Amino acid sequence: MTQLSYDNTFEGLLTAVFEIYEFKYLNPKIIKKDDQQQHLFAEKIEIITDVSKSDRVMKKLQAQLGSDGVRCIIWAFLSEKTGVEDVIFDVINYAVQNPTINIMKNFSNDSVLQISQLTKNVGREKHRMEAFIRFEELKDGIYFAKIDPDFDVLTLIIRHFKNRYQDQKWIIYDLRRKYGVYYDLNDVQIVMMDLDIKSLHDNNNQIFSDTEINYQKLWWEYFDHTNIKERKNTKLHVQHVPKRYWKYLTEKKMF
Amino acid sequence: MNFDKLKDKLEILADAAKYDVSCSSSGGNRKNTGKGLGDSSSTGICHTYAEDGRCVSLLKILLTNFCIYDCAYCVTRSSNDIQRAAFTVDEVVDLTINFYRRNYIEGLFLSSGIFKNADYTMERLVRVAKKLRLEHNFNGYIHLKSIPGASDELMREAGLYADRLSMNLEIPTESGLKLLAPDKNHQDMIKPMRFVKNELIQYKEEKKKFKSTPKFAPAGQSTQVIVGATQENDFQIIQVADHFYNNFNLKRVYYSGYVPVSNDARLPAIGAQVPLVRENRLYQADWLMRFYGFKANEILEKNNPFLDLEVDPKMGWALRNITQFPVIIQHAPLEMILRVPGIGVKSAHKIVYARRFQNLTMEHLKKIGVSVNRAKYFISVSNENTHLKFLNALNLKEIILGDMKSKFEKPFDNQLSLLNDATFLR
Repeated sequence: MTQLSYDNTFEGLLTAVFEIYEFKYLNPKIIKKDDQQQHLFAEKIEIITDVSKSDRVMKKLQAQLGSDGVRCIIWAFLSEKTGVEDVIFDVINYAVQNPTINIMKNFSNDSVLQISQLTKNVGREKHRMEAFIRFEELKDGIYFAKIDPDFDVLTLIIRHFKNRYQDQKWIIYDLRRKYGVYYDLNDVQIVMMDLDIKSLHDNNNQIFSDTEINYQKLWWEYFDHTNIKERKNTKLHVQHVPKRYWKYLTEKKMF
Repeated sequence: MNFDKLKDKLEILADAAKYDVSCSSSGGNRKNTGKGLGDSSSTGICHTYAEDGRCVSLLKILLTNFCIYDCAYCVTRSSNDIQRAAFTVDEVVDLTINFYRRNYIEGLFLSSGIFKNADYTMERLVRVAKKLRLEHNFNGYIHLKSIPGASDELMREAGLYADRLSMNLEIPTESGLKLLAPDKNHQDMIKPMRFVKNELIQYKEEKKKFKSTPKFAPAGQSTQVIVGATQENDFQIIQVADHFYNNFNLKRVYYSGYVPVSNDARLPAIGAQVPLVRENRLYQADWLMRFYGFKANEILEKNNPFLDLEVDPKMGWALRNITQFPVIIQHAPLEMILRVPGIGVKSAHKIVYARRFQNLTMEHLKKIGVSVNRAKYFISVSNENTHLKFLNALNLKEIILGDMKSKFEKPFDNQLSLLNDATFLR
């Protein structure tokens, strides 16, 4: 067995895939650099990310799977699931072996099906972020939102919010992965910040604009009054808005 | 902005608007060009769900709950002794913009009680939409209610600014309407709907010639019927829905289980059960017509006018048409695969793709996402399917119901049931 460790980037993963073919490694297994599950007897190789190699793999994938196939693989990668690298390699290998057919449609193949399911999971999380993110207006007019998604979807939602909010500055910050995106009325940049998380949950915090709390309360009231009590259905409610998302939601806040 | 006053109004006018079930924000196609606010997501987004499990996508409010009509089924009927309130145009605009900026909503759903007359009311609804579009460069979703009897000019203007227009029939038959809303005229409701339908057709024609043709209600129009307030049966309701889908090009018909709001003797009393299961079955039937290729008269027949509450309408059709089964998964056309109970639209397409690569087994179907528990009685797959032997059994329905129940029953339920047993307690 050959164990290839890469630097957690998608380019790194594709470099590893390239080298598997280049050096004809037998029984390859791709793991993240900081993965502790080192195999005792495997030959260990550290992959140095090489964009020229990853680009070649990308080009090949584009040609063979089309942009939708490539998108599925990238989204599956963003699930950060343990072992997703091997599934991706397996699908790429399957595609390379069968150059004449669109293997991404073969849902009876285990790896293809797994990619399709992971893509669905990541897509659902992306959609949930687009739905559940709540901005709070800061004193300086920037709209700020904090998130903690199950998968690393922040880069996937940029376009949605950039199209939508063009006349207001906004920041979306991933508390778990400790990076955010900032739109300055022209472009979106990746930003790192040192945040005092506790103070962000404080309604009386001086960083919020004067009217912010008023609109939050209005929304809270609206949410309460648009509900038909005679039709209460907690099971359905929680199914649509799982409790782990409640921390984002203004309507679930305690005032 | 006086937030306390605004809060009181919002409470009253959100309460009054909540019985309108439509909250969809799909079908909008306005793009944010020129640094404005908002961009329509064509599939729509549910930003949250109320505790009754219904999607909250739009700020759904009435402009006012003052109303000259006295419709027995309606909570804002003029004879009802409730608090009345009215928003100003600016208040609605401000709420919409500020909720939208915080990503609470996809847009606005504005309805209204009818004050003075139809055009007076419609004109105010249009004014809100116009202000949002022209003064605030707002490209979010706007759903306006068409007011019965509104003039063609106002309906045309409404269509220019709104994404969707809707007119609630509420009572599906004319006789029912006469009974419960004597001052409302069926024709007054049909007229604006027909006008919008014709405008939509005209827009499509003009769009082919001139790319710059201004948008007209890109998300189409919809309606709602109340279920369980009057004596209409499901057959009548489905026929009405089918009629409006075919002749008015409606995007959606919504079914709203009647929530009792009045002690009127013509209606179910306050506290009566909301017919939730029936409502659910109607939606399933509606989906069968829109996505599964079923005809209205296949779902229900005149001499059997109610949907089966125990099994879904697709299963009901399958049980009545046993001779059409088993469906051979490997060869059957897509239309027939769509008719198998337990197979949804997405699974059906996946099956058609996947079967080109190899013979599909029950395990494949399970992984693809088919509800095998229901489908297994109606399909033949490449490996042996022992459940097919029940297909011609007289008690197939009981077998299937038993299967569905056992999934929810806990294995040790028997221990407690002794105390709940009616005969034991007697």
